[in-house]
Amino acid sequence: MRRIPVLFPLGLTVLWLVLTESMTLGNVLLGLVVAFGMVLSFQKLRPVRPRLRQVHVGFILLFVVLKDIIKSNIAVGRIVLGLTGGREVRSDFLDIPLDLRDPHGLAVLAMIVTATPGTVWSGLTDDSSVLRLHVLDLQDPEEWIRTIKTRYERPLREIFE
Amino acid sequence: MIPEIPAWAALPATLLLIIGGLLTLVGSIGLLRLPNFFMRIHSVSMGNTLGVGCVLVASMLIASAVAERPVVHELLITLFVVFTAPITAIVLMQAAIRRTKPPRR
Repeated sequence: MRRIPVLFPLGLTVLWLVLTESMTLGNVLLGLVVAFGMVLSFQKLRPVRPRLRQVHVGFILLFVVLKDIIKSNIAVGRIVLGLTGGREVRSDFLDIPLDLRDPHGLAVLAMIVTATPGTVWSGLTDDSSVLRLHVLDLQDPEEWIRTIKTRYERPLREIFE
Repeated sequence: MIPEIPAWAALPATLLLIIGGLLTLVGSIGLLRLPNFFMRIHSVSMGNTLGVGCVLVASMLIASAVAERPVVHELLITLFVVFTAPITAIVLMQAAIRRTKPPRR
C-alpha cells in the first residue's frame, strides 16, 4: 500500500486558514477535507515524490539567491540605461553541463534562473544533461558555468539527491 | 477614510514603492531600447522580480501597521509569482527560438 502524504495536505490546510483568517471548526474541517481530497486525487499526476535531505542548505541558498536577485537587477538596469562604460554587451546562449537529475531540483533551478534578471532558461536536453541558458551579458562563459554549478547546482543536489 | 499610518511603516514603505517603481520603469525602458526579443526578455524580468518584491514588502509593512498585527499574505503572492514566472519565461523563450533564428554576434 502506498504511503499517504500528510505534510503537503496539512500545509495546504494551514494556507487555507491563513487566507480565510477564520479558525472555526467548520472551516478547519472544510480545509482538511478539500486538501486531503485534492492531494489524494492528484497523486497519480505526481509520480515522483521529493526526498528532502539537507533542508538547512535551502535557507542558505535562499539568501544567496536573494542577494543575486538584487545584484542582477542592478546589472541589467545599468545595461538598459547604457551605463556599461562603453563596453559592448554580448548577449548569447550558453550550454551548461548538468549533474542534477532530480525533477524537483531542476524545477527550483528554473525558478532561480528566472528570478535573476540577466539569465533565462532556454531549454534542457531530454536526459536533462545539458541546460541551455540565454545570458544578457555573457563576458566569460567558463566563469558563468562555474558560478551556476557551484552557487546553485551543488546546494540543490545536497537538498534533493 | 484613510487610516493613520505610523511613520515607522510609512517611511520605509514609501522608499520601497519608489525603488520598486523605478526598477519596473527601467525594465520597461529596456523594452524600447534593447534590440531583440532575447535581450528584451531580461529587462522585463526586472519588474517581475525585485520590482514586485519591493511593492510586496511595502504592502506587508502598511497592512501590518494598519491592522496592528503581522500580516503576511504577501508571502503567498511572492510564492505564487516565483512558482509561475519560470513557466511563462520558458514558454516564451521556446516560442521565440522556434520562430526566429537566434542572433549570433
